[in-house]
Amino acid sequence: MDTRFRVETPEGIELAFSVAGAVPRGLAFLVDVSIRSVIYTVSALAFFLWLGEAATGPTLLVVFATEWFYPVVFEVLWRGQTPGKAGLGLRVVHMDGTPIRLPASLLRNLLIAADFLPLAYGFGIVSMLCDRHFRRLGDMAAGTLVIHTRHEGLPDHVELGAAPVPPPIALDAEEEQAVVAFAERAPSLTAARADELARLAAPLGGTRKALEGIAAHLLGREGSGPGSQGSAS
Amino acid sequence: MKQEAFQRERKDRWRSFEMALLALEEGEPAAADFAGAYRAICQDLALARERGFGTGLVSRLEGFAMRGHQQLYGARPLKGLRWLEGLLEFPAALRREWKLLAATALLFYGTGAASYLAVRIHPDVVYSVVGSAGASGIEQMYDPEAPHMGAPRETSGDLAAFGHYISNNVSIGFRCFASGILFGLGSIFLVGFNGVLLGGVAGHIVNVGYGETFWPFVIGHGAFELNAIVVCGMCGLRIGLAVTAPGRRRRGDALRTAARGVLPLLYGGTAMLVVAAVIEAFWSSNHDVWPTPLLYAVGTGLWIFVLAALVFGGRRRAG
Repeated sequence: MDTRFRVETPEGIELAFSVAGAVPRGLAFLVDVSIRSVIYTVSALAFFLWLGEAATGPTLLVVFATEWFYPVVFEVLWRGQTPGKAGLGLRVVHMDGTPIRLPASLLRNLLIAADFLPLAYGFGIVSMLCDRHFRRLGDMAAGTLVIHTRHEGLPDHVELGAAPVPPPIALDAEEEQAVVAFAERAPSLTAARADELARLAAPLGGTRKALEGIAAHLLGREGSGPGSQGSAS
Repeated sequence: MKQEAFQRERKDRWRSFEMALLALEEGEPAAADFAGAYRAICQDLALARERGFGTGLVSRLEGFAMRGHQQLYGARPLKGLRWLEGLLEFPAALRREWKLLAATALLFYGTGAASYLAVRIHPDVVYSVVGSAGASGIEQMYDPEAPHMGAPRETSGDLAAFGHYISNNVSIGFRCFASGILFGLGSIFLVGFNGVLLGGVAGHIVNVGYGETFWPFVIGHGAFELNAIVVCGMCGLRIGLAVTAPGRRRRGDALRTAARGVLPLLYGGTAMLVVAAVIEAFWSSNHDVWPTPLLYAVGTGLWIFVLAALVFGGRRRAG
């Protein structure tokens, strides 16, 4: 299942965001809960040492503000990330992919009170599991998504172990892409698996080396030795 | 053009765009031509996709485009204090919602009055409302000798009482709003529940004979606090109605629009709760300092002010 969320930008290109599921979001939440409890403890202690008996008032105010506005402050000032979300590589964005701002952040974080019901974030979890974009109730009302910030992309320059060779038969666009994709992924596969996959392309030679040679040709690589062409990153 | 020639030709442009992105992500001001460089990246991405270039190259360009998009369309946070403008829209926004507001007020004050009368007529009813431990807790809280009415007995000092009122009352307001997303049921329950609770408490206090100190205590901040609960509950009902009866829109769209629409009301409701906490902690609770007639006079004045603001406010903007 493709869980990516596609947005068309005004520049006419389509961006695909990977939406984060309940597990990384839950872990980020746990990190934030721990940080919040540290804030409570430290502020209670500091106020007590400073003010003694009169510490109750300021402590209650800090607890109240942290409880409701900790995520708002971080999300608005830090481009959609609380410390927990930053640690897990998550970010809150509007449904059009732009960074979250105060109104949406306030809404989604006030509505956490509804996600919390009936107990232990029951509605929030059910909502995330049912929704195609893993949104909790607060996200739906605020029009926000939680996305992964890390792109585990492939390198855009691969070392090919073969000199460019034209393909022995004519390839259509899809087949050309498959050959290039194989060459890109081969370094991350075990040798046995790479050979096994290469055998599927018997008409093209059926070996990894043969496919890499064709890929080099398709990429337009010049020269004759492995890696002789300078980096084009 | 073959992929590697394409890459060679644009290598420098991509590298300088990446530097610009890193600088922006570090919080430095944008270069003058950033928007143009971003559009060029978008074009490269579109070309790379169209020509079926390798996944590695396309995903690298996608990464650039996404990060650029975040920077270009990322508004500067909190610029111009937009939320303050939201607060200024409060009276007009209330005015537009007067029907729902009246319905919520009816729910809150209706359940309150019913509960008050029930406890006055059958004093034992209070034990079904708050339980026996709750009843004695209330008696302690509103004991004329208590230093801070409405706060736990051990609370000492105006500031501690203020902290208690803020964290308690504002949280109740927020919950009255948030639970409304459950088809409005949460808001109806919480507003009714608070009405029953407050009415029952008032009835019980009067039954045990503390009425003479209770009313002058609650009248001042009550003007803001009780009506703020109504406003927050109304916000919850508004989003609940959007989910329940979205009309000709999709449920999600109706919900998002309604949620954006109630924000000025939420700002206003929260501000009212903060004002109530200030009055309660620093004025009402000094009921032993000020003469009772003064407390009544100020309290009545505050009610007239709030009600007049609700009835007459925002006519110009609501237009």
